[in-house]
Amino acid sequence: MTPAVGQPVDRVDGRPKVTGSARFSAEIPLPGMAYAALVGAHIAAGRITSIDTGEAEAAEGVLAVLTHENTPPIAAQPPLLPSLAGTAAPGQTFFPLQDDVVHYAGQHIAVVVADTHERAQHAASLLHVRYAEEPSVTTLDQGRDLAHVPEAIFGGFMPGRMSRGDLRKGIDEADVRLDATFTYAANNHNPIEPPATTASWEGGELTLWDATQGVTSTQQTVAALLGLPVSRVRVVGHYTGGSFGGKAMTWHHPALAAIAARTVGRPVKLALTREQMFTSMGHREEQEQTIMLAATGDGRLTALRHHKLSPTSHFDEWAEPSLGVASQIYGCPHYEGEYRLFRANTMTPTFMRAPGEASGMFAMECAMDELAERLGMDPLELRLRNITATDPMTGDPWSSWGLEECYRRGAERFGWAGRDPRPRSRREGHWMIGTGMASAGYPVAQPLTPQRARARLYADGTVLVQAATPDFGTGVATVMTQVAADALGLPVERCRFENGDTALPQIAAAVGSAGAGMISAAVHTAATALRDALVARAVADAESPLHGADAGAVELRDGRMVLRGDPGTGESYAEMMHRQFLPDLEALGSWNPGSGANGHALMTFGAQFAEVAVDADLGIVRVRRMVGAFAPGRVLNPKTARSQLMGGMIWGLGQALLEANHMEARTGRWAASSLGDYLVAVNADAPDVDVELVEVEDTVVNPLGVKGVGEIGQVGAGAAIANAVHHATGRRVRKMPITIEDLL
Amino acid sequence: MRPISYTRATGTTDAIAAVTADPRSHFLAGGTTEVDLLRQNVLAPRRLVDINDLPLTGVEEMPDGSLRIGALARMSQVAQAPVVRERFPLIAQALELGASAQLRNMASMGGNMMQRVRCGYFRDTASACNKRVPGSGCAAIEGTSRGHAVLGTSAHCIATHPSDVAVALAALDARIRTEGPGGERSYSFEEFFLLPGDTPDREHPLEHGELITVIEVPSVPIARHSAYLKVRDRESYEFALVSVAAALALADGLVLDVRLALGGVGTRPWRAERAEEFLLGAPAIPQNFHEAARVEMAAARPTSMNAFKVELACRTVVRALETLTGSPS
Amino acid sequence: MSSHVSANTAAESGVLPERGPEPVQVTLHVNGERRAVDIEPRVSLLDALREHLGLTGAKKGCDQGACGACTVLVDGRRVLGCLTLAITCEGREVTTIEGLAREGRLDPMQEAFIAHDAFQCGYCTPGQIMSAVALLREGHAGDDEEIKEWMSGNICRCAAYPNIRAAIRAVRDADPDAAPGTGSGA
Ligand SMILES: Cc1cc2nc3c(=O)[nH]c(=O)nc-3n(C[C@H](O)[C@H](O)[C@H](O)COP(=O)(O)OP(=O)(O)OC[C@H]3O[C@@H](n4cnc5c(N)ncnc54)[C@H](O)[C@@H]3O)c2cc1C
Ligand code: SF4
Ligand code: FES
Ligand code: FES
Repeated sequence: MTPAVGQPVDRVDGRPKVTGSARFSAEIPLPGMAYAALVGAHIAAGRITSIDTGEAEAAEGVLAVLTHENTPPIAAQPPLLPSLAGTAAPGQTFFPLQDDVVHYAGQHIAVVVADTHERAQHAASLLHVRYAEEPSVTTLDQGRDLAHVPEAIFGGFMPGRMSRGDLRKGIDEADVRLDATFTYAANNHNPIEPPATTASWEGGELTLWDATQGVTSTQQTVAALLGLPVSRVRVVGHYTGGSFGGKAMTWHHPALAAIAARTVGRPVKLALTREQMFTSMGHREEQEQTIMLAATGDGRLTALRHHKLSPTSHFDEWAEPSLGVASQIYGCPHYEGEYRLFRANTMTPTFMRAPGEASGMFAMECAMDELAERLGMDPLELRLRNITATDPMTGDPWSSWGLEECYRRGAERFGWAGRDPRPRSRREGHWMIGTGMASAGYPVAQPLTPQRARARLYADGTVLVQAATPDFGTGVATVMTQVAADALGLPVERCRFENGDTALPQIAAAVGSAGAGMISAAVHTAATALRDALVARAVADAESPLHGADAGAVELRDGRMVLRGDPGTGESYAEMMHRQFLPDLEALGSWNPGSGANGHALMTFGAQFAEVAVDADLGIVRVRRMVGAFAPGRVLNPKTARSQLMGGMIWGLGQALLEANHMEARTGRWAASSLGDYLVAVNADAPDVDVELVEVEDTVVNPLGVKGVGEIGQVGAGAAIANAVHHATGRRVRKMPITIEDLL
Repeated sequence: MRPISYTRATGTTDAIAAVTADPRSHFLAGGTTEVDLLRQNVLAPRRLVDINDLPLTGVEEMPDGSLRIGALARMSQVAQAPVVRERFPLIAQALELGASAQLRNMASMGGNMMQRVRCGYFRDTASACNKRVPGSGCAAIEGTSRGHAVLGTSAHCIATHPSDVAVALAALDARIRTEGPGGERSYSFEEFFLLPGDTPDREHPLEHGELITVIEVPSVPIARHSAYLKVRDRESYEFALVSVAAALALADGLVLDVRLALGGVGTRPWRAERAEEFLLGAPAIPQNFHEAARVEMAAARPTSMNAFKVELACRTVVRALETLTGSPS
Repeated sequence: MSSHVSANTAAESGVLPERGPEPVQVTLHVNGERRAVDIEPRVSLLDALREHLGLTGAKKGCDQGACGACTVLVDGRRVLGCLTLAITCEGREVTTIEGLAREGRLDPMQEAFIAHDAFQCGYCTPGQIMSAVALLREGHAGDDEEIKEWMSGNICRCAAYPNIRAAIRAVRDADPDAAPGTGSGA
């Protein structure tokens, strides 16, 4: 029997998704449904001096208007912890509707509930709010002089400053030195499904259908905010329409939906509008990164300094960790990294696909390209001279590596060899053609809590595997079916994965590309435990052909337990279970990642290549092809893995050329708040993408050696494009995104 | 969106009478502007009068070679009409480079002439906007103005006219015919698309209840040799940063006739008359194309954020003309 | 076409019936079925389908015409449900993703989307499929450049675009008997 793992199995949730029968969180039909609409503050800083709800309350169909004047206080504000921790995970340590202070534009200041969607939306426009406005700080220029170096960032998980070696010494040893500053527009996730929560109370029990990356995060956060026993809060999220980090933390609306439903005594549906998505769910912060590279004449890095400046909210010290992979991927002995934050009138920024690494590696890999040019060296050769088999921060070896193989295979598929390094050396009509490459890396994050799954075999030989995790497009439901099938020796068609419900065994939010690794670990553990229990019963059963056999000598295939080397001796699960009057048998698996990495450093590696065409007169950039080679450990399903990597690479294209939001200094508001103004790639922007999978064995990271594919596709993709733009045009544009005006 | 009531009209007179009689009734065609802005609370009609059943959907070639496009012909339908594709390729291209396939199936030609600006402050009822609330100020001038106009602006409004096809039509001296309480009228584009001046809320001269019935495009033989070029950040589904509609006829290397209009840069679909004048009779060479564009753009009044549009417009003009002359770039 | 005044007199024109703003009965033909709903005239076709008819296949991504998630067919042509008022669809045939599969048999385009992994989260997918079905019928799937352009009104944030094109190519190149969109009313 060929193992199911590693096969390009079609998505198990394909049929509901292509027929429209998949129910997302705003699509749960409940009798007596009411609709909530949020109202956001028009100013970025100040106070609400009055809020007149009379007209809204009198409007047709309105059931309630909640403001800071009548909303019950929250029970407790849980601290900000990345949702991978497995506990409450509010996106920021602030909850609205508690007082009259406005901290950022769009901050929720009221919730209007009515009997129809249209009536709620309309009544929300009838509030009359007066403000005492104060000056706001939102832009890099306004905040630059107010910045401080934080103790820690990212919910306290990462230090604000890092170093190794002696930077001065590294600079003195160098023959060349390069200083460059990069600027980045803010980015918004913009999943196509707006975040939505449907809330329903039965007695004291709350059920929420929530569009989330982790039902447990929503459950824990809402329970804490509302002061409810966790046991009375159930969160269901069968389908989530894209997240990319935007639904990884629990923002305000799930709790507000619950409060609204309790207030009106009816189930309530609350979906953010597209516009509200820009001010209700965090974002990738606008930032500036300054990098200094020093190297010897033969291209060995001797010193690296990497500083980042960015705004954070008034409540939390958050920066996406941009200095991580850039500090580890090359063996540069002398290093200094520093985050600088300033307090601004914004939400707390949050994870957004390839958080930190996409922006940090953009700076690093563009600088490396520039260094290669200065040294007259092929950019790929420069990387090869500097890569390291051990983490330069700790000296620990990588649990698995594969980077050289990624360069080799990527370069081969792309046709990198023989590239004419001179800028502006290729032209087709009015198009200038250029190619570029970059390295990619993404840390392997581990959850902090045990991850659980349950496997239940029925006497008819079908198996049900359960875990709380939602599938927001990663393919986790498909892949876990494969993992369970192999552990139990069953074809995938006989296995079903049930997920997206806190009633099922607990799994932390699937973030930081950790989903496949940790969930497969839990499923594998559960299915293996079930297998062991089955075999133990068989060998102990006097009526079994396997009676008295060594359990270790029994193997599972095609739904049968047989003796290894003697497949004629054995029986099917069904036979044994019928005989033993067992309708089903189940096992709970718990994978505890606590043991840590055993002196290993955990990272996924890859290499990116891109070819662009730049219109010589009009400055239009079109990406003609992209090749990415990645070493994500074991590939559970090449079909879904490729899709995720491809998606990441196209995100890299978007970040490099399209996606931009800026705060307006005058108003403290986002310049873009629609899909018409915040541009994401459309079909015509996306070239065919060539994804090369380099499988590397990893015995450290988790039982199946899975390192994850969710984010690494984006890391380095933007840099490869920017480097290709330079190759095409001779211009170094040190910003994301690069737009027409930069190239005229 | 406010509560609204609804009336479906089947006859033109009925539709006009219904809207004329009620200052708070609006026509509803494809709804791609009207419904969008209703939901944004930018428009506040009491009632919509649905004109989709009116018999104004034809695309007809007249004996004199002119084209009559019914106000309710859909963008997709007009773009597909063989007469348009053959004789007026710039119209077909402008249409197909606009919006998306779905929107083009919905949007009517009359509605397209009447579409409102895409300025973010116009769409946001919390912002100052002279076009939406006369006298409230213009948030764009000091705000985000990358997409805004550089030609035809005023101290009161700098919003770009967003239509693509109107640019192609402007190049062809199209006319807009209406029927209304005051009878039938016909407007040149010059008359129809008003500059913002100090009344940016007044975008066209129509009376309340006046209905666009037909867009007339004169014969313009050189339109057979024409093109619409649209420059934008995204490859598709985006309004223009700059666009150029051009038609060109040469004789012995000299410009015999030329039509040129610009989109994305003007507060109205911008007929580039100065550039045309410069080019007439001049040798059809890139230097002259450049110079003509420069002459046209001399009047530009950009902001710091959209200054690049001036240069971009010049280069786009050159490219469009080069494409039509087949000159090497 | 005609731009001429119709025969009605001004007196007659005063009597055009007005419906709303309170809920009125609207009769829609959806996927071959006649469905009556009581809705306010301001209710969009998308909300009528999703909130009143239980047909949640068409998705709301922006409610502003800027994403294509709400794409459905009206009288066989692809349009956006979010910018269409339901009441304007009386007398027209509406086809949603739910009307594409016949007697449990998937439309070839639905099959191809699964086979080519043309989606991830699945939220844009019904809109993509309705658009793709219309695309083939319009004859706009000649080559990849054409598919790219004519599918650009459907944003996929998961960026499954190359696979969406592959699915469309596969249906285009398959047996013509298996033409897509042969479901009810489509
Ligand atoms: C996301 C998006 C992207 C777009 N991109 C582009 C683009 O790239 N290029 C482009 O050119 N356009 C674009 N558009 C605009 C689109 O073309 C217009 O919205 C459309 O043409 C309007 O036509 P309609 O029939 O839908 O008008 P409606 O929305 O029905 O009406 C618009 C206005 O005109 C009035 N009206 C309608 N018909 C008549 C008539 N016959 N006589 C008098 N008044 C009338 C209505 O009362 C209303 O006020 C885009 C729109 C959207 C939503
Ligand atoms: S540019 Fe015009 S539409 Fe925009 S805010 Fe100013 S006045 Fe309003
Ligand atoms: S929901 Fe209709 S286009 Fe986005
Ligand atoms: S599949 Fe997620 S948006 Fe397209």
